[in-house]
Amino acid sequence: MQFDPFVIPFNIGLYFILIYVITRSVIWFRDLSKPDKLRLQRGFFGIAFGMSLKEIFMESLIHRKILKTNLRLGYMHMSLAFGWFLLILFGTIEADIFGARHLNAPYKAIFFRFFNPEHGKTGFEAAYGFLMDLILAFILSGLLLAVLKRFYSKIVGMKKTTRLKLTDKIALTSLWLIFPSRLLAESFTSGAYGTGSFLTGTLGTWLATFLPARQMAYPFWWLYSLSLGTFFILLPITRYMHIPTELFLIFMRNSGIKTGDKAGTYSEVQTYSCSSCGICIDACQLNFSAGITNIQSAYLMKAIRNNDDVTDIAYNCLMCGRCDQKCPVGIELSPIRMIQRRGGEAENDIRNIYKGYFRSRQSVNPENEIIQANYNFLKEEEPGKTDIIYFAGCMTHLTPAIKKSMVKILDASGLKYNFIDEHGGVCCGRPLMLSGQDKEARELINFNSRMIWKSGAHTLVTSCPICYKVFKESYYLDVKVLHHTQFIKMLIDDGLVKMNFLHKKVVYHSPCDLGRGSGVYCEPKEVISHLARLEKSSFEDENSLCCGGSLANMKLSSSIKKKIALDAVNALTKNNPDILATACPLCKKTFSSVTEIKIADIAEIAAEALIAKPLKIYSSSHLTSIKELANI
Amino acid sequence: MNRDVIVIGGGTAGMEAAGQLAKAECKVTLIEKEEEAGGHVRNWCHLFPDRRNSADVVKYLSDLINQKNITFLKGTSVESINKSKKKFHIKTNRGHEMLSDAVVIATGFDLFKSEKKEEYGYGIYNNVITSADLEAMFRSGDLRKQNGEIPGRIGFVHCVGSRDEKSGNLYCSKLCCVTAVKQAIEIREHLPESKVFCFYMDMRMGGAHYEELYMQSQEKYAVNFIRGKVSEVGESINNGLIVKVEDTLAGRPLKMELDMLVLMAGMEMAEGGRKIAGMSGLNTGENRFFAAADNHFGSNISNIKGIFYAGTCTAPMNITETISHARASVTEVMDYLKESNI
Ligand code: SF4
Ligand code: SF4
Ligand code: SF4
Repeated sequence: MQFDPFVIPFNIGLYFILIYVITRSVIWFRDLSKPDKLRLQRGFFGIAFGMSLKEIFMESLIHRKILKTNLRLGYMHMSLAFGWFLLILFGTIEADIFGARHLNAPYKAIFFRFFNPEHGKTGFEAAYGFLMDLILAFILSGLLLAVLKRFYSKIVGMKKTTRLKLTDKIALTSLWLIFPSRLLAESFTSGAYGTGSFLTGTLGTWLATFLPARQMAYPFWWLYSLSLGTFFILLPITRYMHIPTELFLIFMRNSGIKTGDKAGTYSEVQTYSCSSCGICIDACQLNFSAGITNIQSAYLMKAIRNNDDVTDIAYNCLMCGRCDQKCPVGIELSPIRMIQRRGGEAENDIRNIYKGYFRSRQSVNPENEIIQANYNFLKEEEPGKTDIIYFAGCMTHLTPAIKKSMVKILDASGLKYNFIDEHGGVCCGRPLMLSGQDKEARELINFNSRMIWKSGAHTLVTSCPICYKVFKESYYLDVKVLHHTQFIKMLIDDGLVKMNFLHKKVVYHSPCDLGRGSGVYCEPKEVISHLARLEKSSFEDENSLCCGGSLANMKLSSSIKKKIALDAVNALTKNNPDILATACPLCKKTFSSVTEIKIADIAEIAAEALIAKPLKIYSSSHLTSIKELANI
Repeated sequence: MNRDVIVIGGGTAGMEAAGQLAKAECKVTLIEKEEEAGGHVRNWCHLFPDRRNSADVVKYLSDLINQKNITFLKGTSVESINKSKKKFHIKTNRGHEMLSDAVVIATGFDLFKSEKKEEYGYGIYNNVITSADLEAMFRSGDLRKQNGEIPGRIGFVHCVGSRDEKSGNLYCSKLCCVTAVKQAIEIREHLPESKVFCFYMDMRMGGAHYEELYMQSQEKYAVNFIRGKVSEVGESINNGLIVKVEDTLAGRPLKMELDMLVLMAGMEMAEGGRKIAGMSGLNTGENRFFAAADNHFGSNISNIKGIFYAGTCTAPMNITETISHARASVTEVMDYLKESNI
């Protein structure tokens, strides 16, 4: 039997981590809601499983998404993850074919060279040895980048790198030691026996010229085993837990599980899947415009894992969703932040127990009933029967040019509509939701829903992306909800309105809640191209900027908001457009307060381009898209 | 003695400074970007607190600069200022190149651009006007809505672009409260049938005779003062203006229909002054006005030796204060010329 005491630390670590991962998975599974459990079971026997395997290969090993955003950073992650995977895979095969027996204990594959020092002299064995050396070299190159990144983050093209806690530092050191100690251990052994390929062989032969290779090898084998063991034991309480957790995340996501609005297994799995890559930090305008570097999603994930107080972090965020779009792990960062904002309503008190290896959830008693929001003073009026409701929204009432333009366009279309909040309406509810007050928001939502339902309309048009998002996502309405840019697009397509072409250069700023938040990217740009010359900017679609005026952040001072707005305007107007167009009253107001450049909503541009025609009421029979809406 | 002084800006402060410098036997060049001297006063009809005709002030100032020692350059603006040794070298957009021993900056203020507060609807609704527009109506003697009707209910919105973090101006413009009171009285005189409302945050009546005027406006002219900030303005079906405001004394939201709304636009550092600050290295404060060397005894002195400030380029001031400040700048200039043996 091949055995040596130095393998003990490795064995302890390995079996510990295996048992730990199994236990934790069982706990996670147990905590899932019933429907999610079913989803997972169905996913296991369905196509989700295959998809997950492919994704695990592409993302957890190759790190395709990071490679796409940042080649050097991607290479670093890939060489460590994929390289280590190959090393284990080919190491196991090596031990299986060339070892004394088939089906060996894992340590025999890991420490193969120690137990088979004479191996690797003949042709095929040497070729295999070459392959193993190549993989090791691949990993070491990535490791070199990682070490450099720690000290000079610019090397991998990153402006910021995440800060570490003590256990992370110890784990990091042991991780860094694993591959160099393997290199030295194998080299000394090869040097002593005259084996090894281009890397271990050459280094070994050279070291053997001035060092007693046989004696030197043994301590390095110990070091190799110790660093592996330490790394495995610390893994669950460090950020490296993301390595095993991400596999669960991918599988759960492919099975159709979503974050929802309460903390649970899925949000926890996502929190642990964050690799602290720091991509979200670079994406965040609070970082690059305002110099605030402690609230980004990477830090939120870390604070949740460490059970720190996250109130400040959770609220100091524009909820712009730029980080969601860029996170290579695909963590649903904004929903998780919203869960933290609703913190007061948590059902469970989560504690880290056993030095952070497990978390326990204890039910908390609800706090004393907070004063119930009372909206009885709102007068319910009878809305007239209509086809289309125009809901301008509170913000649009502060930018009357937008609502006037919409009225002009609606009048010109000849459609039957009702400007439901013309003389003041009730808030759509989203500002309350963003501050975590869902129950109060529900009252407003019910109020507005009743009004809309009573009007008998089939379509609701709103000018404000904030309203648009909440009407689409949180109202249960039997009407088609359209942002005015989508509506104008339909009017143009149906030939209900005719527009002039304005000879102006227009650059488009995609508002957060309309673009990233609701996925409406094309229609606004199509409307602009129909009316004027649409210019490109470097911040299009998913990569668009936040105007800085976000309602979601109540922590920033006005001067910081202004700075963010000014940087955004400057970035968007590099090519001196005539108009910076947006599709959100809040963006318009925010931008207008920092620049002399003309800021206009798409509705205003459309109203300017509109060819007036005599008013006549169409019967909705010969319309195409609008008619289709009526039969939804 | 041949001492050259350049005064930049031909409004109240610049004209006063130029006149007094000429009296002290300096050779003065007065640079004004408009075709005529006089600045904002020219556009005003009557002045607070005694409702004197602003033409009187313009006449006093014009007579003052009508001296042989003063060269007046109209339609001219400064392109660059450089100092070498003790001489200032100034170039203008019209190709003048001048040397001078001292410079007085009197670039004044611009009115806040009210269209920036879009929620008040300036430039969007026909009958939302600014205090300056109202003054022009007083001058023409014709106070009407855009469709020619006589307005019955008129509102004044105080603090437009002042005391407002969102507009980036935290300071109080000092003159708009009393201007609103004066204009409210005048409207009541023109249109005795009208009703006038002032929406204010605080009434800042800190000048001589201001408080008396305020009392009079209430007792004699029945102007209504409502404490609260206007949140938004809309249009009613019959083209009236719907004003939403929180009455903070009564503690309830108000919604009222008006025929005309006057925005009391605040004072901001003038665009021309900002350009000069950019090209010359003169310090500006957080409120963007020029920063004087000392708030108490150096309000005319800049951070560059030989350059002095006069008037509202340093802070909001009324005409009395502007004239005093301009005279004080002349004392500083004369001291400087003497001390540096020019
Ligand atoms: S949240 Fe995503 S982008 Fe941010 S550090 Fe974690 S893995 Fe990277
Ligand atoms: S949502 Fe926007 S502001 Fe918030 S952390 Fe992400 S990138 Fe930064
Ligand atoms: S003087 Fe009155 S209206 Fe003007 S900024 Fe001051 S408080 Fe506001």
